[in-house]
Amino acid sequence: MSSSRIEILNDGGLRHDARRPYELRSTSFQLNTHPTAEGSSTVTQGLTTVQVSIFGPREPRQRSQASHDKAIINVEVGVVPWAQGGGGIKRVRGDKRLQEIGASIRQTFEPVIMTHLYPRSEITINVQVLSADGGILPTSINATTLALISSGISILDYITSISIGLYLKQPLLDLSFLEEQDLPNLIISCLTNSNKITLAQMETRLHIDRFEEMLNLGLEACKVLKIEMELIVKEQTEKIVERMNVKSIISSNASGMNIDE
Amino acid sequence: MVREVDPPSIQKDFLLAALAEGKRLDGRIPLEQRKIEFIFGDELGNVECRIGKTAVLAQVSASIVKPRDDRPYEGFLMINSEIGPMASSIYENGRSSDSEVLITRLLEKSIRRTEAIDREALCILAGEKVWQLRLTLHFLSDSGNLLDCASMASMIALKHFRKPDVEVIGDEVIIHSPEERAPVPLAIHHTPLCLTFAYFENLPPILDPTHLESTLCAGTLTVTMNAQREICVLSKAGGTPLSAEDIMGVVRVGVDQVREMVKIMDQALEKDRESRVIEVQ
Repeated sequence: MSSSRIEILNDGGLRHDARRPYELRSTSFQLNTHPTAEGSSTVTQGLTTVQVSIFGPREPRQRSQASHDKAIINVEVGVVPWAQGGGGIKRVRGDKRLQEIGASIRQTFEPVIMTHLYPRSEITINVQVLSADGGILPTSINATTLALISSGISILDYITSISIGLYLKQPLLDLSFLEEQDLPNLIISCLTNSNKITLAQMETRLHIDRFEEMLNLGLEACKVLKIEMELIVKEQTEKIVERMNVKSIISSNASGMNIDE
Repeated sequence: MVREVDPPSIQKDFLLAALAEGKRLDGRIPLEQRKIEFIFGDELGNVECRIGKTAVLAQVSASIVKPRDDRPYEGFLMINSEIGPMASSIYENGRSSDSEVLITRLLEKSIRRTEAIDREALCILAGEKVWQLRLTLHFLSDSGNLLDCASMASMIALKHFRKPDVEVIGDEVIIHSPEERAPVPLAIHHTPLCLTFAYFENLPPILDPTHLESTLCAGTLTVTMNAQREICVLSKAGGTPLSAEDIMGVVRVGVDQVREMVKIMDQALEKDRESRVIEVQ
């Protein structure tokens, strides 16, 4: 699978897509991209696009699964057939890799969503990978955070996520699919205010000292992502508040006219 | 899926109160493992590993197959690990639960993806014949921390296993039966072992959680390491958020622990070797 034909880092210190080692891919965050979901978002990082829609809190589909003192969280992960041409992810239902991604997302958000506020209910997080070019899990986690915010479900903090690779001694941020194949990589997601890690996943051999360096670099990158995400959320909220003001002005005008008469 | 009955809250309170004083219900200190025990079967590559009351039986067998066309020099290592209802009533046959998927995937990552076994050494005749190793895990009883037990069982079974000696003359392959020639051990690069830590709110981590501890904990962290101070797999999904220092602390504890475990494994293997006649000089 690993193709040594691509040059991870060329003589000029650039990566195969002309990024510098610590440079993230271009990101775009959109809120409310699903017509019927309570909250949804579409996040694009480089060529990876993920749409997340949140349904709930609602009555659990299976009564037996309900918990009397907190909400339960379901995560469904799907990959559209055209997300990745040829190899890579197989689209079979019950694929172990997708199941694992789903479990990771659920476990990441369980301590962050204030589930005790929604007893006897269910929150379904539906993740659709629309195009895959590495970093599906980090992108999904970022999208889920935004979708939860847009749905108005109470969460403790922003969770952002990033993948970190290591080439020789040089850590690289936000890996693309090709880099992911060739490099040891670590995925972390963290609570940005308290700077604490909720998820850390690594699959390849790495010496401890390098690991620490990557961990700290990842935390920094997560903070940067949070700033970007907050910008979008604030912009969106500002718009809503503005509209609410317009409405209140109209209604106050209307009532004022009534008095005049 | 059968949902397990939650432990009573009085038991939970008791366990948490004890942990707050640095004590565990089975008398261990927080970073202590349960007693590790190995039971070697009659055949080579058949080992049962026990950590406390958790037991996993690993069985390695080898057969000769044709390699893949794009990798003519590489043998195969297949890991079969299905958790049946024998381990615990929460596991069902044929349907894999979330925890089962995690265990299987982590095992696969820690043994196969870290290249613990030299797969090129399994080649007999390039493009024609290679060894296919099959590692079958039987989960006998689940009393918490199945993963660590399974990873230890797998590694010791692979170390214990010996494949028949083969001789290649031109295009002809002669397989010598164990009576004829002593079987040869596998080429093993390193010994990755899993260590699972459980976290409780505002309490220091504990190593090797029992079943009760793992149902009540706020999250677990599994790190696979080898004796060469390398992290092979790290998996922390959810649970209490940790700072980078916390994670590094756990990893440092892991280094010494894994060395200790490898030592125990080697001693057990050595003892078994003395009791068995494999080589006739």
